[in-house]
Amino acid sequence: MNTMLSSESAIAASESAPARAIARAAARRRRLRKLAPYAFISPFFILFAVFGLFPLLFSIWLSLHQWDAASGLAAMHWVGLENYKYAVTDPWFSKSLLNTLWFALASGVPQHLVALPLAFFIHMSLKRSRNFVVGAYFVPYVTSSVAIALIFTTLFSKDFGVVNAILPGPPIDWLGDSFWARPAIAFVVFWRYLGWNVVLYLSALQVISGDLYEAATLDGASRWQQFRFVALPLLKPMMFFAITLTLIGNLQLFEEPFILIPPDSGVATDVMTTAMFMYRMAFSDGDFGTASAVSWLLFFLIAALTYANGRLFGKEGASDVGR
Amino acid sequence: MSKPFLAIAFAVAIFLTGALAPAREARAATTITLATFPDLDRAARAALPRWHALHPDIDVRIVSLQYADHHNAMTTALATGSGLPDVMAVDFKFIGKFVGSGGFEDLYQPPYGAGALRDAFVPYTLAQATNAKGELGALPADIGPGTLLYRADLVAKAGLVEADLTRDWDSFIAAGIKLKTATGACILASSTDIVDIVIRSDLPAGQGIYFDRNGKVLVGEPRFVRAFELGRRAHQAGIDAGTTMWTNEWVAGFRSDRIAGQMMGAWLAGHLKNWLAPATAGKWRSAPLPGGLFASYGGSFYAIPRHAQHKAEAWQFVRFMTADRQTQLDALTQFGNFPALIAAQQDPVVDQPVAFLGGQHAGVLWRDTAARVPAIPVDKYDAMATDAVRAEYQNVIARGKDIHEALADARWLIEHRARR
Repeated sequence: MNTMLSSESAIAASESAPARAIARAAARRRRLRKLAPYAFISPFFILFAVFGLFPLLFSIWLSLHQWDAASGLAAMHWVGLENYKYAVTDPWFSKSLLNTLWFALASGVPQHLVALPLAFFIHMSLKRSRNFVVGAYFVPYVTSSVAIALIFTTLFSKDFGVVNAILPGPPIDWLGDSFWARPAIAFVVFWRYLGWNVVLYLSALQVISGDLYEAATLDGASRWQQFRFVALPLLKPMMFFAITLTLIGNLQLFEEPFILIPPDSGVATDVMTTAMFMYRMAFSDGDFGTASAVSWLLFFLIAALTYANGRLFGKEGASDVGR
Repeated sequence: MSKPFLAIAFAVAIFLTGALAPAREARAATTITLATFPDLDRAARAALPRWHALHPDIDVRIVSLQYADHHNAMTTALATGSGLPDVMAVDFKFIGKFVGSGGFEDLYQPPYGAGALRDAFVPYTLAQATNAKGELGALPADIGPGTLLYRADLVAKAGLVEADLTRDWDSFIAAGIKLKTATGACILASSTDIVDIVIRSDLPAGQGIYFDRNGKVLVGEPRFVRAFELGRRAHQAGIDAGTTMWTNEWVAGFRSDRIAGQMMGAWLAGHLKNWLAPATAGKWRSAPLPGGLFASYGGSFYAIPRHAQHKAEAWQFVRFMTADRQTQLDALTQFGNFPALIAAQQDPVVDQPVAFLGGQHAGVLWRDTAARVPAIPVDKYDAMATDAVRAEYQNVIARGKDIHEALADARWLIEHRARR
């Protein structure tokens, strides 16, 4: 009897052991399955935390400290808002702001004034060659800025440049004369980002229904009137988007002037944008605290201008989308 | 939700630590790291076979980045204390800033005892590598005795002799005008070159260019006024080509006989010979700087970061690169790096005629110049002050700003920036 009982319980045990194992395995699988999505998205979050979030927070912290970087982390000491006060009283900071705004306008406004009609022309008049033409305008945008700088320093060369060879009169020192250096750089920026804006506007034009143009044609509207009264109002949301991008990009302008004008050049401060001033503060003067403060001041300026831009015609543009 | 995320982050962190550990172990087998930049890295590479023969147990890993990248990377490494090499090459332009911030070992202290080497180097170089606390942060490898390199053929064509260029600044400018009229060539690439050199004249001993011993800003002193005036005069006379150094125009200026002179460290002769204008070989000569001035342009140093891993081995390597006569001579003969080590300067090699300079015994002149360059203390804000003064000089020549007003503005900006 006893033996029977024990053998029964043994059987019962041997029956339940695999079942328990299976249940455990299923539970582990469920757990793993729950974890898997986190594992798959973790690379982004880890990279973002290390290279995005941490530097962002650290730069806020840094902007409130005085820090001679070469002395090591221990040399940081708290100065509160003094770096901000110091930055706004530096004449090079205000000069760099003026330069930046000058570049933003001189290269930004023509970008849109040319891109809008150009996109309309490409949309209406080109059929088979359209992709090729758009591609050609887009090439500068995807070209390495170092290559661009090399080409343009050669083109703008005072003694050997093609630009001076074509223009009549005495040779102009495009990149060495404080009067000409800014327009020359603004032109490079304009040339580089024109294609990008053309593509943006072209994509918006393509969703405007052809019926509207046909109706306008029946009403006797000329090509110009179609552009002015049909296409332009419908492009407003895209204009808002494109101008916002230009605003942000131009206020952060760094590469073009940095590469085209050597830092030792006499005109270096005439083309110094705020982003360049920030770089100089950090890596030339070794004042990382003030450099961080400058970057935050620049951020506030960009945020304010973007907001103003949104108020100015973003609302109207947004309501057009709804219609 | 956050628990599994944390667990995964932790796992990844452990994995990364595991992956990095072997690399650290490999370094422990006394491989020292030298962080350097071109062209200086060539001298170190060329010296390695001799180093290995002398120190078979110490391997040297050379990490070379472009000039600006190297110094940016080193700034970051000093800031965070991680990724620091055992030996750091530092260019003259950065030595004041780096040594001033105290991130290097004081080589006067034991176990280094560089005090014994005090007389081995040209005196002014040690002043450049010494900070306000009197710590010696680096040893000098090569130096740039200041010289006026000029095109002897063009100068002769204009009916001039070397003395017309070097007697004093008035004579220099007058000769420049004659040269321009006769040959169309400019004696200066940029009138800034005059400003850079004249602000160094008449410095009392122990006083810096822009700051005195107590950090007082000196911009605005008569030497600055004179420098700006001379520069403006040269610019208005049209004897400068208006080009910035190291640009395409500058290079083309040498090749096409448009620039017939350049005040620079003696090392420029090597650059002219190797790549700037090899076709002009034999036509250049080296003269003392105008106005009886002795100055140095550039130079390179080797330092040991305070948080370096293998300081003892690093010190051996620094000594090998700077205080070893043979290493210094090899760098001179192979790459034209003029030695800071006096024993190397006295080698007969230095007395040899230089073919590129038409067989001139230029090394003798450079050695003499090096010995007479005053020891000017550097300040960590020197680079910033240079920028401020240059920007104001540009306002003077491009916008007609009054010189005194420009200097007052430069002075205010420098005081503002150096407030700490």
